[in-house]
Amino acid sequence: MVPAMSVIKTEHLTKKYKQLVAVDDISLEIEEGECFGLLGPNGAGKTTLIKMITAVSPPTAGEMWIQGKSLKHFARQAKAVLGVVPQMDNLDPDLSVLQNLLTFARYFDIPRDEASRRSREVLKLFELEGKQNSQIRELSGGMKRRLLLARGLLNHPRILVLDEPTIGLDPQAKYLVWHKLAELKSQGVTEFLCTQNMEEATTLCDRVAIMHQGKILSLDKPQELIYRYVGREVIEVEVSPEERGRAIAELQSRQLDFEDAVSRIYVFHVDGDKLVQGIASSPDKLKRRPATLEDVFFRLTGRSLIE
Amino acid sequence: MKLFSWRFIRVWQRDRDVFLKLWHSEAPGFVAEPIIILLAMGTGLGAYVGLVDGQKYIEFIVPGIIASYAMFSASFECTYGSFVRMEFQRTFDAIIATPLNVEDVIAGEIFWGATRSFMTGTAILIVASAFGLVHSLWALIIPPLAFLEGLMFASIAMLITSFAPSIYSFNYYFTLVVTPMFFFSGVFFPLSSFPEIVQTMSWVVPLTPVVHLTRALVSGQFSLPLLLALTLIIVLTVAFFLTSLTTMKRRLTA
Repeated sequence: MVPAMSVIKTEHLTKKYKQLVAVDDISLEIEEGECFGLLGPNGAGKTTLIKMITAVSPPTAGEMWIQGKSLKHFARQAKAVLGVVPQMDNLDPDLSVLQNLLTFARYFDIPRDEASRRSREVLKLFELEGKQNSQIRELSGGMKRRLLLARGLLNHPRILVLDEPTIGLDPQAKYLVWHKLAELKSQGVTEFLCTQNMEEATTLCDRVAIMHQGKILSLDKPQELIYRYVGREVIEVEVSPEERGRAIAELQSRQLDFEDAVSRIYVFHVDGDKLVQGIASSPDKLKRRPATLEDVFFRLTGRSLIE
Repeated sequence: MKLFSWRFIRVWQRDRDVFLKLWHSEAPGFVAEPIIILLAMGTGLGAYVGLVDGQKYIEFIVPGIIASYAMFSASFECTYGSFVRMEFQRTFDAIIATPLNVEDVIAGEIFWGATRSFMTGTAILIVASAFGLVHSLWALIIPPLAFLEGLMFASIAMLITSFAPSIYSFNYYFTLVVTPMFFFSGVFFPLSSFPEIVQTMSWVVPLTPVVHLTRALVSGQFSLPLLLALTLIIVLTVAFFLTSLTTMKRRLTA
């Protein structure tokens, strides 16, 4: 019934709250060993989706399988193979760094000796060896985040679920985390990565889904999404309020694909400069750059704030 | 509804480890305070109180002090303590992402609350015995009774916690429920000194049967209504325990 290769599978997964459909009929298949990215603005339903696939919150409708086993009946077994790295710091402030790891290992029934061996191993992996006797409050934000990642690996998970793993990290720590995630993936660990960092998604993910208002709007390889929605390059035209009307009329008459962001116009799917000649008042108001996932994100989810 | 599994012990162990690390800040409230109350009330007020059967007042209040402070221990642990772990430290969220589920976490918290009652009750019992205030070997049953009492009050506390919008909500519970029980459950005065209506009401608050049972174990004098008291404690414990598992599950897995 369930294809052998999909380690996470959801069918018509839905979560409704009183007034709100947080996750709306999502069917996904995540393959073994891939890094799957989930992008979306705040309130898109990403965290709710994560809570369901990690068996923390039951769905209102739909079904899920982890490694082919239904979460409805095998929640404990599923949670034993998952490594969850939450967005919010939930380290245990009553315990030291090492005690945090040992206590967490005990939730997985890892014997004491093995637990201390693995604790040292994950501390080393995230360059926290010197901190094992520190209290949580003595750690910087970046160290806490690395410790959350380290904790998520204690049970040697086959599937890692990461909710914004590099949020608030300095560039050095961010690259360390990216490097470790790539390394884990090369060891065959499947990664489900929820992020708002487009560079992160482009760098790490094999496939990316863009989620908005509880639905998946599009799902593909990052490059494919970029080619499909915005092309290889984007031209940004800086316009003053007086020029704006004329520039838009001109773009429309040339049948170009563009987006009007008030002080700036983005032109997509353009292969050469010729097409946009004469649109800007002077050449220095015109910038040509490679298209990114962020352009796709804006095209699909809009530019206005979502509350 | 689902029951908890043996894995609840992992949560109990976590709470125990934290207690062993921080016990010195907990001990004054639950050991020193009851002993001060016992000695101050017993010797100070006791000098003015003559009991009908010639019993010393300080001996009269020993069982009530044990039962009350055992109640306080479990009640504080599973209101303020559990709320901080749940809302401020997000400890429950971290645990339910492992093979443990909500029922295991809540059962672990309740059993830990009961353990606190057990420790408090035992400590006061030892001090009271050292002062020569306990005369019956039946008193050896007081620690397990304190544990059972702890299960009951921890379950009630957990139910309150499952509905508490903020940590300040517990002020209502302590001011309007716990403190009145301390005074109207026969701890400091025999229930017979109250008006009829208070006596009747007193029988339905959960501390009263515990005080009666503890008093019987201290004195070694038993009567038939004590069976009713024990039954009441067990029924209330089971009812509140199961209800709090359900309401907590609703709160934590929404």
